[in-house]
Amino acid sequence: MSVAVGTDARSPQRTGAGRRFTSIAIPLLLAVLAATAIVALTVGAAGIPLSRLPAALGLAGNATADAMTARDQLVLWSIRIPRIAATAMVGGLLAAAGAIMQGLFRNPLADPALVGVASGGALAAASAIVFTDSRFGETLRFLQTELLPLAAFAGSLATTAILYGISSRAGRTSIAIFLLAGVAITAITNAGIGLLVFIADDRQLRDITFWMLGSMSGVTWTKAAVLAPVLVIGLAACAYIARGLDLLVLGEADAFHGGVDVERLKRISIVMVSAMTGVAVSISGVIGFVGIVVPHLLRLVIGPAHRLLLPASVLSGAILMVGADTLARTIVAPAEMPIGILTAAVGAPVFLGILLRQRGLASL
Amino acid sequence: MSTVIEARGLSKRAGRATLLDDVGLSVEAGEMVAIIGPNGAGKSTLLRLLSGDLRPSEGEVRLKQRDITSYTPRELAARRAMLSQHINVTFPFTVEEIVLMGAGERSARDAGPLVEAALDEVGLSHFRERQLPTLSGGEQQRTHFARVLVQLACGEAEHGPGLLLLDEPTSSLDLRHQIDLVEAARRRAAGGTAVIAILHDLNLAIRFANRLIVLNGGRLTADGPRADIVTREIIRDIFEIDAVVHQADDGVPYVLPQSMRAVQSEPPPR
Repeated sequence: MSVAVGTDARSPQRTGAGRRFTSIAIPLLLAVLAATAIVALTVGAAGIPLSRLPAALGLAGNATADAMTARDQLVLWSIRIPRIAATAMVGGLLAAAGAIMQGLFRNPLADPALVGVASGGALAAASAIVFTDSRFGETLRFLQTELLPLAAFAGSLATTAILYGISSRAGRTSIAIFLLAGVAITAITNAGIGLLVFIADDRQLRDITFWMLGSMSGVTWTKAAVLAPVLVIGLAACAYIARGLDLLVLGEADAFHGGVDVERLKRISIVMVSAMTGVAVSISGVIGFVGIVVPHLLRLVIGPAHRLLLPASVLSGAILMVGADTLARTIVAPAEMPIGILTAAVGAPVFLGILLRQRGLASL
Repeated sequence: MSTVIEARGLSKRAGRATLLDDVGLSVEAGEMVAIIGPNGAGKSTLLRLLSGDLRPSEGEVRLKQRDITSYTPRELAARRAMLSQHINVTFPFTVEEIVLMGAGERSARDAGPLVEAALDEVGLSHFRERQLPTLSGGEQQRTHFARVLVQLACGEAEHGPGLLLLDEPTSSLDLRHQIDLVEAARRRAAGGTAVIAILHDLNLAIRFANRLIVLNGGRLTADGPRADIVTREIIRDIFEIDAVVHQADDGVPYVLPQSMRAVQSEPPPR
């Protein structure tokens, strides 16, 4: 008997055996993220060579050091570190929100930007730019930096609430109606943004445009601090909904047959996606394709099981965004390229690649 | 014998259409029941009501002496397993990952032997690492059957004999795998599980179950041992075809349809 138990304990295969990298994915991604962050720390308008990095971070002895070290420390602690931390968190939130939404819709092309959550935030942000600037004159102008993220967040949540209200009846949420209503809401918010662009003056127009393109410049510790709790709650929620999202791939009825409280799963997922997207967009502006590209590439390598896919998406999204942001602030230095342009330039071809691949599979 | 599932006065309406009208039935542990009837008779609706997925417009379903609506989804999953007709998996899960989904909260290590046994039973052990979307329809159906068997085994380990619901489980299977699936279901019934299956192949249904339930136009029109149901008259009433009923060497009846043309020319009642 004990022999039989012994063989049984060895014979069960690991989940997704045959896929490579599943067991080392998280440590590997953490290492890459650390390396990317170190590169991001050293390059920029004020270069800090690797040799001076320990001193500037206060890790190596003689902390009382020279003027050069003092300058390095100022650059690192008040500009570069908060920016890198916030960029990494934004990337993680966007990628995880994309992965959750794709699980919810059982479609690898679903994205928070698709259902109007992001554009609802954009409309609110554009309103904040135009109205704080003109109507109330100087009194509110100084509030704009603080108001903008709040407005974008509120806009995303309000959009989600409206969408959820439209697509839910008697406690059941229709995912198809949610998606279609999202397309309509996106059109409405785009009309609103168009109207704001029409009445905006030149400076406001420039503000709106740059915010829409997405940028991580001017990120402070305060903004980075807003992201952290959402990321922590998001990661906890990811662990909770991972199995449900796996079963949802069978369809709602069969996920229910398998023991999933489907309505609750949908509610939690929708709220998490809008909170994660809303808070990310509020800091960075609209950054597309991270939520599509990252989970898609990961599924090819580590498989679609959400228990691994969701945390891996957070880390990979962070790597992608820190890398893109580093590029954005160095290729045209001392100016900065809006990061949204970079991610779209890389992301849109990948999106088309997925479409072509699916078309190829469909014709088989 | 104890009653596993009981339905009383079940009706289901969608808008003005009545999908199911005042259906009652009771199935004991260890029983094998086949539901037969023409397209649109309400067979799938009945099965979904029995699974707890749909709520009846009238009537109630009791699973193991408890109102089925009083169970949480997880409690329900530990007491009944259901194989649906069409499942389309879009993400590249492997066969093994899909089957493991039946194991609920159990870890891959705990459920390993069960997964192994189920894959072996449906003849897919060598496909465990293949991605489901790359398999044929029949192989996918067998994968889902293995998943449902794992779910049933996990639930029965804790709560005793459960309920296995199968909605046209053989629709994509070749002859050999149809027989294999039916045999697998038979073994579950021999172990105490109550099995209810919708089957279109009359002869398979007769082989599979000693009790047949006939649905027609949303009503339960017959319920009894196969020898009582499988008569030329009843088959003409249900399917509007002429069929000869023979007896196989072992005494089990089999049906030989005589013609594809309908016996009556008027359209079927709706």
